[in-house]
Amino acid sequence: MKVNGKEMTLGNNQNLLQFLEVNQFDVATLAVARNGEIVPKVTYETVTLGEEDILEVVRFVGGG
Amino acid sequence: MTDQLVIGGHPFNSRFILGSGKFSLEIVKAVVENGGAEIVTLALRRANQGGEENILDYIPPNVTLLPNTSGARTAEEAVKIARLAREINCGNFIKVEVIKDSKYLFPDNYETIKATEILARDGFVVMPYMYPDLNVARDLVSAGAAAVMPLASPIGSNKGLSTRDFIEILVNEIPVPIIVDAGIGRPSQACEAMEMGVDAVMCNTAVATAKNIPLMARAFGQAIESGRNAYLAGLGRVLNQAEASSPLTGFLED
Repeated sequence: MKVNGKEMTLGNNQNLLQFLEVNQFDVATLAVARNGEIVPKVTYETVTLGEEDILEVVRFVGGG
Repeated sequence: MTDQLVIGGHPFNSRFILGSGKFSLEIVKAVVENGGAEIVTLALRRANQGGEENILDYIPPNVTLLPNTSGARTAEEAVKIARLAREINCGNFIKVEVIKDSKYLFPDNYETIKATEILARDGFVVMPYMYPDLNVARDLVSAGAAAVMPLASPIGSNKGLSTRDFIEILVNEIPVPIIVDAGIGRPSQACEAMEMGVDAVMCNTAVATAKNIPLMARAFGQAIESGRNAYLAGLGRVLNQAEASSPLTGFLED
């Protein structure tokens, strides 16, 4: 699976919430697009990931 | 007397909007508090795994967050960035910026209008960064903009109010708040913009590139407040010849 442009290993039947927690992303303060579509936060637990998925995981940084 | 800035129905007591780029997280809180800012802009970028520091932990809780759509080159990209930002649950304010030009970082006014229309319809409080053009500002208002943010000079240049006369036209003609954004380099320039009647000033680089960053934030906060008071007071008239300030009668020799 590709996350933010890098290949990452996906656990068996991992849902999006598990994947983010296992990889120490701060779930409360991020947003995710999966294959170009924004994933509503309330659905993270029900989204099962596949090897072909492309994720963008974003958060706030300083900016003007 | 209450003199509040109202954006999309939300009242603010401060007219200083602070950009949070280019300085370290440790001083963000001090900069916000010294400047008295109630709105702080942020950008959205890729997250890294493994407990990295988060800017949200450094921004005082009473501050309204204004995510920007920096990085967007089209209206479609700006809309996507705005919707991603909203998923972080930090409100529905969005500063739309759509930039194709990498040398001057001028906004693409046409794509900005398109993005504004989509996002306003989608419930965002939309604050578009724009090149100061009266027709475009009118279109932005028609599209649902809660404020318009004309540039003073190129982003990060600290060159000041290069577009002064065109911003003044917007002040006179546009019914939503006019917030000068980009290029303001000195507190005196922010003060001049406020004296002219703009509703607020946003700056980032002028503060972030100062030697003493929190102190410069304070200077901007004071200059913006001072300029606002001068505008409300009404500037004194200008003459081409002298007019004595002291009485011209009752001299000792009389």
